Amino acid sequence: MTNHAEVLTALADPTRREIFERLARSPSAVGDLARQLPVSRPAVSQHLKVLKSAGLVTDRVAGTRRVYSVDSAGIAAVRDYFEQFWQQSLVRFRTAASQPIQEET
Amino acid sequence: MTTQLQATSVTTAVDVEAPVERAFRVFTDGIGSWWDPGHHILEAELAEMVFEPRVGGHIIDRGTDGSECRWARVLAYDPPHRVCFSWDINLSWQLETDPAKASEVEVTFTPEGPARTRVVLTHRHLDRHGDGWEGMRDAVGSGWSLTRYAEVAGQR
Repeated sequence: MTNHAEVLTALADPTRREIFERLARSPSAVGDLARQLPVSRPAVSQHLKVLKSAGLVTDRVAGTRRVYSVDSAGIAAVRDYFEQFWQQSLVRFRTAASQPIQEET
Repeated sequence: MTTQLQATSVTTAVDVEAPVERAFRVFTDGIGSWWDPGHHILEAELAEMVFEPRVGGHIIDRGTDGSECRWARVLAYDPPHRVCFSWDINLSWQLETDPAKASEVEVTFTPEGPARTRVVLTHRHLDRHGDGWEGMRDAVGSGWSLTRYAEVAGQR
């Protein structure tokens, strides 16, 4: 189980969600994001720090730039959600399918 | 039961004590017998669930007031071994009308013996639901899933 609370808190902020969705479309450096959004460069950095801490984005150094992209764990919360949903559903399915076809009364 | 996670999909497997034909039939035709009654997107009370047994068919929820919701398109129907359908529901549990934002569920049924079947369900392309975070947060926050899972699992 991943850190639901941290992921959801990170994405509850509209600006962070916007940053996350932009990174999902294409990896970017801090400066790229600051130009595209109505927030300062330090603010973008702060948001990225939160997203990174939640495991939603990752970064790598490319030459003189640090490029951020969505971590493959970025949809961890969605996977957790469906993991829970299908586990619960298949338990119900197993119960239904394993019942005797005809009760011998 | 085991669950594996990959980047954009979830796979869950379960062994059922039933021949493959019965496992397939209960999953499809009998979907209403096991689907969580708390997970429907109709306004009205649910009357029945219909799994149309053909490619191009739908999985349909019908309400007691005659309303209906076609929330999945049947993409593959190969009894008794495989079925595949779209997941036309967004993360707020509302009908998703844009196929590009729908994910996909594939289920395979493999005989493990005359009365035992391995069922593997893969829900893939979850990234297509990418802009539904708020709804998912609300759904997860309500705490239904773990609680209900524990209830059902505890009965066994």
